Amino acid sequence: MVTNYQLKRVDFIFRNENDYEDVLSKTIARKPQELINELISSELKGRGGAGFPTGLKWKLSSESKADEKYVICNADEGEPGTFKDREILSKVPFKVLTAMAVCGHVIGAKRGFIYLRGEYKYLKPELEKAISEFAYYCKEIKFDFSIHIFMGSGAYICGEETALFESMEGKRGEPRNKPPYPTNSGYMNKPTVINNVETLAHTFTIFKYGAKRFYDLGVQYSRGSKLFSVSGDTPKPGIYELELGMSLADFVDEFGDGDTKAVQVGGASGFLVPRKKFDVTAIGYQGKLTGISLPTGGSMMLFNSSRSMYNVLDNYLEFFREESCGQCTPCRVGCQQLIKGIKAVKRGEKNAKYLDKLLRLTETMQLTAKCGLGQSVANSFSSIVENFREEMIY
Amino acid sequence: MNLVTDLIKDLANQHGRSRENLLPILQGVVEQEKYLSEFSMIEIARELDLPASEVYGTATFYSFLEHKKMGTYIIRVCKTITCSMKGKNQILLAIEDMLKIHLGETTGDGRFSLLETNCLGWCHKAPAMLINDDVYTELTPERIREILSDYMKK
Amino acid sequence: MANKIKLSINGYPIEVNEGTTMLEAANEAGIIVPTLCHHKDLCVAGNCRVCVVEVSGQKRLSAACATPCEEGMEILTNSLKVRNSRKHIIELLLSEHNADCTKCYKNGNCELQKLASEYKIMTQDFIELAPLRKYSIDMYSPSIIKDDSKCIRCQRCVRTCAELQGVNALTVAHKGSEMKITTFFEKSMNAVVCTNCGQCVNHCPTGALVEKNYIEEVWEAIADPTKHVVVQTAPAVRVGLGEELGFEVGTRVTGKMVAALKRLGFDSVLDTDFTADLTIMEEGTELLTRLKKVLVDKDKSVQIPMATSCSPGWIKYIEHMYPEYLDNLSTCKSPQQMFGALVKTYYAKARNLDPERIVSVSVMPCTAKKFEANRPEMHDSGYRDVDYVLTTRELAIMIKQAGINFMKLEDANFDRIMGESTGAAVIFGATGGVMEAALRTAYELVTGREVPFENLNITPVRGMDGVREASVVIDHPLKAWAFLDGVELKCAVAHGLVNAKKVMDAIKKGEANYHFIEFMACPGGCLGGGGQPIPTNPEIRQKRAQAIYAEDAGMPIRKSHENPEVIKIYKDYLGEPLGEKSHHLLHTKYIPRNRY
Repeated sequence: MVTNYQLKRVDFIFRNENDYEDVLSKTIARKPQELINELISSELKGRGGAGFPTGLKWKLSSESKADEKYVICNADEGEPGTFKDREILSKVPFKVLTAMAVCGHVIGAKRGFIYLRGEYKYLKPELEKAISEFAYYCKEIKFDFSIHIFMGSGAYICGEETALFESMEGKRGEPRNKPPYPTNSGYMNKPTVINNVETLAHTFTIFKYGAKRFYDLGVQYSRGSKLFSVSGDTPKPGIYELELGMSLADFVDEFGDGDTKAVQVGGASGFLVPRKKFDVTAIGYQGKLTGISLPTGGSMMLFNSSRSMYNVLDNYLEFFREESCGQCTPCRVGCQQLIKGIKAVKRGEKNAKYLDKLLRLTETMQLTAKCGLGQSVANSFSSIVENFREEMIY
Repeated sequence: MNLVTDLIKDLANQHGRSRENLLPILQGVVEQEKYLSEFSMIEIARELDLPASEVYGTATFYSFLEHKKMGTYIIRVCKTITCSMKGKNQILLAIEDMLKIHLGETTGDGRFSLLETNCLGWCHKAPAMLINDDVYTELTPERIREILSDYMKK
Repeated sequence: MANKIKLSINGYPIEVNEGTTMLEAANEAGIIVPTLCHHKDLCVAGNCRVCVVEVSGQKRLSAACATPCEEGMEILTNSLKVRNSRKHIIELLLSEHNADCTKCYKNGNCELQKLASEYKIMTQDFIELAPLRKYSIDMYSPSIIKDDSKCIRCQRCVRTCAELQGVNALTVAHKGSEMKITTFFEKSMNAVVCTNCGQCVNHCPTGALVEKNYIEEVWEAIADPTKHVVVQTAPAVRVGLGEELGFEVGTRVTGKMVAALKRLGFDSVLDTDFTADLTIMEEGTELLTRLKKVLVDKDKSVQIPMATSCSPGWIKYIEHMYPEYLDNLSTCKSPQQMFGALVKTYYAKARNLDPERIVSVSVMPCTAKKFEANRPEMHDSGYRDVDYVLTTRELAIMIKQAGINFMKLEDANFDRIMGESTGAAVIFGATGGVMEAALRTAYELVTGREVPFENLNITPVRGMDGVREASVVIDHPLKAWAFLDGVELKCAVAHGLVNAKKVMDAIKKGEANYHFIEFMACPGGCLGGGGQPIPTNPEIRQKRAQAIYAEDAGMPIRKSHENPEVIKIYKDYLGEPLGEKSHHLLHTKYIPRNRY
């Protein structure tokens, strides 16, 4: 059981002490290797959802030899139920800009980009203002790093890092084969660090206060705090910074409406956890947490007993049917089969056993899809069908 | 000279003529014209020395790069889960009722187009919609009537 | 030297160069991993996922075509996990595919069908998606039919059109379940920059892209007693046809092909090679005339370099992409169209036939020839010069339909007249062949001596490099060509339109100063044409090329101007190369077309 880990609110990300100039100049005065070590010792992992160790990412990029390198802030926040990055960019943009510049210093990049989703275009004017103020300061301290905004245009898949590079290169946002990995060959086939908005904001905290402050939060393998986007059937929807490692039961105690039937952790590509598993589910990266541990980009959607899980699944699958890039067979056709399949079962055109065939299909999708998204589109299907099978049929 | 041609030339001068400048140019045209016509895409292909098919293939990948004629104000109502749970359908009905069009259509005067879209990132203030680049959240049928009345007066 | 890495595949140790993909390593180890989107001619896509394999210790499967081997890997290509996943993927593809195989043109030569058969997909558990879609079938092109209901979205055609041909008529559009292979604004193939080269057809694993076939029309003509049906066969057909009928790749089947055509019931079996020789006479003379006008007369209206005009895919390409260079094209019709124009004039007269009654059929390694025959300009005989164009593949189908045991056929000879040819004409089928044939003749016309290459083999223009260059210094020319003394005749050869693009761009930038360039739309020249047997790949094309050059070496006459029938036609009918009659029947004009 994971009851040891209590839900703890934290306030780092949005605490603004208007000191980015100070943090930037102090940090870039330090050696790249020292900063990498600091990051590694913080055990910060990517906050976009995939959870790759940030320090290692920067280290690998810094070791890649190239005439040009890039730092990219992934602000293509498209996962249903996630809205924290928008808030970070509107409330504390300088933390993100500073972190990008520090990353540039560490890996030897002179240019950074913020890939901002088209749906957030209204953020652009303010963000541009912040960037020009930031550029002015960089010039003042003679630090050579420029940041540009690249606008997306309505494509969820561009949040996948290699799809994002393709998009920035003026192409269809289709994920690439890996390897090569971005740290060797990313945007324009140059070594690239691509980090989620929140990840960058956390590095600001780490460089400002030291790795220990961050490391002391959370639990083993899941250090630090994380922003959670809370929505659905909750009396207090919004954005909350919480320590990692809490149990889902505690989370529901805090945010549920007293009738929570299930929580979708990690958005449409994440997992649905039914009430009976709240106690044994912890929010954090895989590791020594007992029970099930679920990493997340921070999307927490609560459903109460008035909600039909069939409708929820149908909505997710429709989303993926439209937002899959369409290039690889398991994701493109698999999504269509899943959605057509649950409809057929619901209408009685296929018998309930067909759900088992579809569950086996989800395994294939997880095993064979080209990108991380394709591998996870079926998560919601398997977790919903396994836990709410009767709702799919009747 | 044609206005769109001039616009595309200006955009290319501003952003550059390499492949990686394609998206900003497409976006620039959509900002002005609301959609990418066959003519616009050919002019962009010419300006960037790209095959027209590539421009079409790229543009159609992105939901916000419309290639059918759109109204001055494009309304995009979020249809993803939370908005859907929190009354998206009533919002759609209210809009349809007010503008006398169905989903996917443009008003006869060419002022409004009504579309659905995927998650806008306002799940905690659902339901939400975009009108062009501006976001409206915590919508109710009453709010819709207020908002659209303002747009109608514009 | 590349670093070696050690790994095992299905338990067998193997050592490969660093950077080798799992698919290549498996092939080296003699293990077949099924593929669909992968093609040796094209860049790696990794999107069909049929080639997934398991790597011990890794949870997810890897696409063998797209993943490099690493030291110590233990790869499993046939584990239960792999088999189950692969089977699922084939089932998914089938669910999206209009799998009405018995009614498909590619029935029996479909890679998806073959995989379904190998994996014994006996039932369709998944919901069939194809009937639920409003798929369109584009039949407007005279060359190619595009049936989206059979498309598995492997994107081979898109990569072919872009990487091999630089045409980009085809593209991927939309995303998710709506993602499809289409053209600019989803127009029909004949309304866009498509050159009809048919390379997409050659590379399509299913029946989504096939040639428009005219088999029934030809059967009807043969069966009509009032018609005199003449058939001509292009040089590359004789080195490809065998592949469709049980022979090894690269087998020459000229005699059997002629015998089969006779058995099919054609009234006269003739040879496009004859007009290939004629092309050399006309084109060679045109080149020398142009050179004189440019070098001696300083005539600014005459353009060099002169470009060959035999390849209709190339012609349509330049019409679209470089219309400002149309004056650089030789005005010579292609051998097919020269033949067509002569059949209903010269041949009709000589055989005392009413041209109205003649049905002129050609067998070509090419789908663009179908478009070419359909061009409104191609009516100089007063009739449509070539009525039906069949591909090598269609001829093979007809031979099978007729119940002919091709392997057992005795060799037969082409009929006369217009059936005699030379080695120079045969090599038209390979990239560089037209150039070589032209040089053999032009050099001799100018100097009175044979080209200074051993056995007439002008090896610098042979081979498979995308662009090749050669030059010949003209030494002690005959009096009439004195102005060419010491001139270094600079030539280039390009095959595959993407290479044509390279040469044209160099010309445009003023970086190339050639006199004469041979352009062929297809990789390898006609032997790799869009109407040739499927599959195609670099090795297959290499073998066909070897067969072509072997055919040339074995011919008694190897220079076009020595073809007795060519000498005779000028004497009896045409007068002289570029003469008035030639001008009327054998030369043509080109049309600038839209680039977008």
